[in-house]
Amino acid sequence: MKRMGNTEDRGMTLIIKTVTRITLGFILLYGIYIAVSGHVEPGGGFAGGVIVALSLVHVMLAFGKEAALNRLHASGLRVILGLSTLVFLTIVVLGFRCRGLVSEIIIPICQAVITASALFAIFVALVLLSKKDRDAEEGK
Amino acid sequence: MIEIHLILLFMIAAAVIAVEVKDLLSSIIAVGGVGIGLCMAFLVLKAPDLAIMQLVVEILSLIILIRATIRKDVPFSVSGRWVFNTTSTVIFLAVFLFAAYIALKTVHQFGSPEMRVLRTYLEEAFPLTGSLNIVEAIAINFRAIDTLGEATAIFAAVIGVLAIARKSARRKE
Repeated sequence: MKRMGNTEDRGMTLIIKTVTRITLGFILLYGIYIAVSGHVEPGGGFAGGVIVALSLVHVMLAFGKEAALNRLHASGLRVILGLSTLVFLTIVVLGFRCRGLVSEIIIPICQAVITASALFAIFVALVLLSKKDRDAEEGK
Repeated sequence: MIEIHLILLFMIAAAVIAVEVKDLLSSIIAVGGVGIGLCMAFLVLKAPDLAIMQLVVEILSLIILIRATIRKDVPFSVSGRWVFNTTSTVIFLAVFLFAAYIALKTVHQFGSPEMRVLRTYLEEAFPLTGSLNIVEAIAINFRAIDTLGEATAIFAAVIGVLAIARKSARRKE
């Protein structure tokens, strides 16, 4: 799928791509840290999930449209998303009384996964699948 | 409490600028100013959880808005039907102010009646859940089903986007 005259597909310059490769892991790690440490510090699942989504948006801005769409269409994302929702549902419906690991680690991680995939998907839907791009794809 | 009034004035000024300015990019920047003001207001009111979440959500929404609207020029028409527009605006403003007056008369002062449930939360949160952050303890222990409802709404949004953006749907027409 190549589009002529569309400079966004190639992403930004080499400097930004290199910096993105280095910093991506740290941003992801910080998001997970915010999500997991929510029971002792300010933070929580939703804020951590938004930071994870920001790192995915960062990848999209640096590397272009195709990389982001490939990540969205990857089947692993759907599996992880459905799995986290099922785990969350099971914990809440069964009503575990265990404090510690279940409620403080697993539920924020499930929240973070759901929030991150939702915000990244909304970003993709609003930005990448706009009418102008669809027209360009048809006219090709 | 002078800081909160200054922040509120800043937010109102930024909101008026966001509505009135002609350029779309300037309007988006002014909306971001409103969000940063709200984040600072949460910090002044001693709610750092909400401040962190508001900050990251504002950054993400600013990126989305700039990326989605920077190439377009939304047509904005001011001519015609100004009588209807003005009268409906005045009527709705009057209704809003009346309802806000009635609602604000019944609101207690900030934190004045310490309710029974609130006192239970404050006293029992750490012994029951072992969580130092009472906000998270309430959100994911005492009100876990409420949080599940929020997560379900977000999950429905993901399902909708995945259904729209799948390849077979985009190939048609």
